[in-house]
Amino acid sequence: MTDRARPSYWHGEKAASDRPTGSRGRKLDIFLQLTLNGLAVGCIYGLVALGFVLIYKATELVNFAQGDLLMLGAFVCYMAVVWWGLDYWLSFLIAVLAVAAFGALLDAVLLRRVIGQPQFAVVMLTIGLGAVFRTFASVTWGSEIYTLPTPFGGVTRIAGVTISHQYLSIIVGTLILCSVLYGFFNHTRIGVAMQATSQNQLAAYYMGIPVKRIFSMIWAISAGVATAAGVLLAPVTLIDINMGLAVALKAFAAAVLGGFGSIPGALVGGIVIGLIELYAGATLPDGFKDTAPYIVLLVMLVVRPQGLFGTPGRKKV
Amino acid sequence: MSEPILKVSNLETYYGPIMAIRGVSFEVPTGSIVTILGANGAGKTTVLKTACGVMDPQKGSVTFEGREIQRMDPDKVMRLGISHVPEGREVFPFLSVRENLRMGAYTRKDPDGVAQDLETVFGYFPVLKERADQRAGSLSGGEQQMLAISRALMARPRLMLLDEPSLGLSPKLVKEIFDIVLRINRERGVTILLVEQNANMALQTAEFGYVLEVGRIVMADTCARLLQKEDIKEFYLGIKDEGARGQRRWKKRKTWR
Repeated sequence: MTDRARPSYWHGEKAASDRPTGSRGRKLDIFLQLTLNGLAVGCIYGLVALGFVLIYKATELVNFAQGDLLMLGAFVCYMAVVWWGLDYWLSFLIAVLAVAAFGALLDAVLLRRVIGQPQFAVVMLTIGLGAVFRTFASVTWGSEIYTLPTPFGGVTRIAGVTISHQYLSIIVGTLILCSVLYGFFNHTRIGVAMQATSQNQLAAYYMGIPVKRIFSMIWAISAGVATAAGVLLAPVTLIDINMGLAVALKAFAAAVLGGFGSIPGALVGGIVIGLIELYAGATLPDGFKDTAPYIVLLVMLVVRPQGLFGTPGRKKV
Repeated sequence: MSEPILKVSNLETYYGPIMAIRGVSFEVPTGSIVTILGANGAGKTTVLKTACGVMDPQKGSVTFEGREIQRMDPDKVMRLGISHVPEGREVFPFLSVRENLRMGAYTRKDPDGVAQDLETVFGYFPVLKERADQRAGSLSGGEQQMLAISRALMARPRLMLLDEPSLGLSPKLVKEIFDIVLRINRERGVTILLVEQNANMALQTAEFGYVLEVGRIVMADTCARLLQKEDIKEFYLGIKDEGARGQRRWKKRKTWR
């Protein structure tokens, strides 16, 4: 992934001086720049989509408040950095832990009760929760636009391509987060138990797996991942109470594109949506930036309704 | 045989307004194999589900080792020492065979004992060892049943509830599985409550049997004697001594004598 973001002459034989000059070289630079930024934005969509998918796979609930959890996370980090004057990394950690705990609490007191209720009840409940979070944020932190000071202010110029550290930090952060999650789900007892619970809830009960606690933990992970996405995204979009809305909608599209229920699908879907968005924004007329991802999604749903990584709909008997 | 390990008394369970269990009482003596026979819809599975906590009874009690466990969460019941092999196997399809078995030992804290038991169940079912890294969903029905039994065994239960282990398996495989069930009972001292439609196999394996019809226990006796009863022979084993053409069939009633 990172290799593609780098200029092709990164690997030696072509020195920076004898690269093609003029408009072709310029176009290539812009293209690489767009790719890098698209990857970064896509990573954010992917992370939020991952949150959707984790919760959906385990509890069959669709959490439309995922984007607002991202917003809450960004605000908590902002509060820790600016109000309390804490170190950026410490604040990052505090935000992730605080919102993760909040996610677990949300499940334990509220969402556990709607499992098995009609999907519409759940959809309305989570949309309503999102509105409540936004109101809470505007009351607590105010409704202006805030800038989160980060250590990623600089840029690196590699052979004419400007790599902003903000975007790079998103990509690197996503890679780290995904490998941690991958290791957790595949190599720890609780992680495998989470997979087991998602696959067969009743059998998980029979194994003595505390299913309800597992659900709360999955909510905590989803909320924590959303927070990480929010904090990473904060320097790019700035923090305001509506920052989660647009992200969540695109992330939802990403989850569907990847085949709702597939974790790699969510990440790949996010990156695809992010890239399309930036390419379309640069090459197509105004307004296509925001519609192009949905057009692609629409085509995708007609051609391959189960999504990129989904399995064709089969109901287990 | 002192205290029964499991004692169920006057159990009544409903599916919504429908009464599935109409006051069932039975006992499972420690160390024995007890079977509950019954046709489709008799309430066998419901009895097991109520015993292990997946369903809550309206009335009555379930006592495990002197402790009332009705209305407990199934994961708590399991921690007390009851493993359930559910009807239809219910393996975790996208986990490997080995991971499935490890999930069976989820509640245990002794890694050495778990590793040892893993070898033991691989000894019982060598085919599982061959397929240890394969996804459980890709196993055949019989292999999945073996996996489900092994997985339940990994928790080192004192009581194992087996729900229709013969479902959908070939007669040869059924025989194989029942032999292992017998070995588990003899070698490891696990008490077994077996629910079956395959009455012949169940009565040959178990020591004591109950017959369940429409939510009630209509007969209780040792398996050796149950095998001799006319009604059992006719309705569960399909053996008829007379009336080969079935002329008497229409007025024959089950008398449970």
